[in-house]
Amino acid sequence: MSAVIATRGLVKRYGRLRAVDGIDLDVRAGDVYGFLGANGSGKTTTVRMLLGLVLATSGDIELLGARTARARQRVLPRVGALIEGPASYGHLSGRENLALLDASGPGGSWRTRTRRIAAVLEQVGLGGVGRRPVKAYSLGMRQRLGLAGALLRRPDLLVLDEPTNGLDPQGISEIRALLIDLHRGGTTIFLSSHLLAEVEQLCSRVGVLDRGRLVLQDELATLTAPTGATVVVTPAPEQARALLDGRLTSVTGDRLVVRGSDPAEVNALLVRGGVPVTGLAIERPTLEEVVLARTAASPDRVEAHP
Amino acid sequence: MILVELRKTFRRPRTWATIAVLNALPVLVAVLLVLTDLAPRPGEGPPFLSAVLSNGTLYPLAALAIVLPLFLPIAVAVVAGDAIAGEAQAGTLRYLLARPAGRTRLLVAKLVAVLAFVLVTVLVVAAVGYVIGTTLFEAQPVAGGTSVSGTSLTPEEVAWRTLLAIGYVAVSMLGVAAFALFFSTLTDSPLGATMGALAVLVASSLLFTLDAASPLAPYLPTRYWLSFVDLFREPILWRDVTRGLALQGVYVGALLSAAWASFTTKDITS
Repeated sequence: MSAVIATRGLVKRYGRLRAVDGIDLDVRAGDVYGFLGANGSGKTTTVRMLLGLVLATSGDIELLGARTARARQRVLPRVGALIEGPASYGHLSGRENLALLDASGPGGSWRTRTRRIAAVLEQVGLGGVGRRPVKAYSLGMRQRLGLAGALLRRPDLLVLDEPTNGLDPQGISEIRALLIDLHRGGTTIFLSSHLLAEVEQLCSRVGVLDRGRLVLQDELATLTAPTGATVVVTPAPEQARALLDGRLTSVTGDRLVVRGSDPAEVNALLVRGGVPVTGLAIERPTLEEVVLARTAASPDRVEAHP
Repeated sequence: MILVELRKTFRRPRTWATIAVLNALPVLVAVLLVLTDLAPRPGEGPPFLSAVLSNGTLYPLAALAIVLPLFLPIAVAVVAGDAIAGEAQAGTLRYLLARPAGRTRLLVAKLVAVLAFVLVTVLVVAAVGYVIGTTLFEAQPVAGGTSVSGTSLTPEEVAWRTLLAIGYVAVSMLGVAAFALFFSTLTDSPLGATMGALAVLVASSLLFTLDAASPLAPYLPTRYWLSFVDLFREPILWRDVTRGLALQGVYVGALLSAAWASFTTKDITS
């Protein structure tokens, strides 16, 4: 599969601080790529480098097959972006804002503009917003308008930074459905977020950034693959412990982790021994556990050095 | 892109409010002059004001001279200072550049929009001055206006010299715009860019009055601002006018190059 985003040794230095420290991103066509990282880990700087807003100190970026900075400017019309929250001209209506943005660069014909604007507003749920100025919009409406701006030219790649910020739970699930729909239509999605749950629900591949380094990049299914153990919940942990001695890896209250990837076998063993079983599951690490295991303390924590 | 920027500038209520406020002072001065009939003596007060009571067609020039030292530069500095920094503060700059608008293209479009604002503002001030002047004061019919040197000018001469003067004032304001636009590429605060440009002008005006700074005087950006008065001497005294144009040309060229260099190599973090 071809690379939609590929970086090699990408570095951004601000003085002595290495905000992004040699990362090798690999986003392939058809991915929904979750770019995870705590606040301040370098996510936004990376996104800005991909879009040509911040100039990389060193390293290469390939975007939709374009390798040089000049070539990347030519493919940017095929990229829709939502960068660190939406922004618009408050005194103009949403429609006018989209028209101005579309007219500001290549790749958006004015002949189809009105139609495209109407279509994307409908898509993000702002079809009936009328002529009211953006300054009268709620945070959620602005977020939807920002997303509409990103979708205006039916992009091949969507780069979204915290797209559900400011939305209520219904709004979040609506946007998630929209993204899944777009992905089905062939759009590659690069989703930068610090919300693990959001990434876990949407993404097929995950990259984790910690203090400017990419500490993890893999298929979500691989990361959360079964560990080869079974989780048993029982009201009689002592009895079970006697029965399973040697196979237990941990006991916390009524929750036991047993070596062996076949829950039926473990269940049969326990039931034969007269141990009541109230819960039984294959052990899988959650994305949160995987991420926490690979990353250090939150980078916005500033410890005092004695 | 240029059309987009022009639309942004002239669809903003603030642009028209600025132009309206700018015209308030000359109108007020005209009304006071008519009511009191107390014109400043020749050689005192703003240029041309002493002559307007007898010839209203000179009022566009008086109006320009009234707003030139302070109000016009403030208006221009506000609009030009807002050009890039305003987009940065609103967060729209990152979307424009990721669109991609192209940094050089965006800067050129902003420059053209600022230029259009300068021209429209100067023309509106002159036009309002003309309307006020011809309705409130006597317009001398055949004899024409008087030059600053005392000889009389035909109405045609007054007309084309007035156009020259409007052009000269516009070029002077372009110098202000260049300062503000350059500062606008350095900061994310439009107020900071505007204040920076105004600080330069205040410093320049202050140094101009200081004898010790006289070696610097020919290079101060405000040095030749009022030289448009020389266009109404008989014969026209071109020396300061051409020097003024050359000086503004150098400032505009240097500052725009600096603005381009700073903007095209800048990390957009707003």
